[in-house]
Amino acid sequence: MTLSAFQLGLAGVIGLLGVGCYGLLITRNLIKVVIALQILIKSAVLALVLAGQAGGQPGIGQSLAATVIVADTMVAVVGLALAVQIRRRFGTVDVSAISTLRG
Amino acid sequence: MGSGTVYSVLLLGAIVCAYRAMTATRILTSTIYLACVSVAVAMTLYSMRAYQVAVIELSVGAGLVTVLLVYAISVVGDDASDLGSVIPKPIAVALTVLAVVLLGWMGFSLTGKNVLGAVPPLVKSLWEQRVLDVWIQMVLIFAGVLGILGLLAEGKRSKSHAGPREVEAPRTVKVVPPTACGFPTGTPRQAEEHREEVRA
Repeated sequence: MTLSAFQLGLAGVIGLLGVGCYGLLITRNLIKVVIALQILIKSAVLALVLAGQAGGQPGIGQSLAATVIVADTMVAVVGLALAVQIRRRFGTVDVSAISTLRG
Repeated sequence: MGSGTVYSVLLLGAIVCAYRAMTATRILTSTIYLACVSVAVAMTLYSMRAYQVAVIELSVGAGLVTVLLVYAISVVGDDASDLGSVIPKPIAVALTVLAVVLLGWMGFSLTGKNVLGAVPPLVKSLWEQRVLDVWIQMVLIFAGVLGILGLLAEGKRSKSHAGPREVEAPRTVKVVPPTACGFPTGTPRQAEEHREEVRA
């Protein structure tokens, strides 16, 4: 069975998305959460470009992918800033240890 | 070597690097693997004729984000091996497999047509059809600048975490007699004498 380029790209998108979801589910380190989000968004970028070309409008897919890349970078910046400030305040980056709720 | 083989090698490399980024015990190693994922994705995008997006992904994903991650690791610390899983790993694997199977079932039902067709100019799509995206990108970049300020800002100790506040000494009020300020005191007659002295 020979897969077309679209099907190969789709398999890559699904694989990256699966690895990102798995990493997001198992990790408790805030930096690794940001890395898992990066992997997820890379699969989204790939999917947008692929969908644009499959639908015959690659320009729109690429412009949306550029927007997603910018948003992805901002998510990384804000997430890392939060991680650094949480490390300074709580002394850890464990997501289960940073709650201040009582009761 | 055909385009299918190139796709396969690049995407398989991206998936393997992504898995290694998630399972590495050191976060710096994870960062390096994430940069490798960015490079593989950028090469895949380039081979799909998305040249501008490939360049943006390579410069931002493999460059800027890697630098930010390395800086954050230098502040936070490199070791992540002592932290366990949020949920049990079998459940995580089951949820991931379920999501992948559902996505594959929905995605592969689409017919692959016109995968590498004619490419209209990106300039028209970006600056005419999707001009709202450009404005959103400007707002996002501004938010990113604020995020970098938060990343670089020194932590301030809040009042609740600060030490016991020192008790201030009671203020002493020194009463200055009105004569020291140049105002006359006493009876009106004495005041008149004082004014004459000042005139003299």
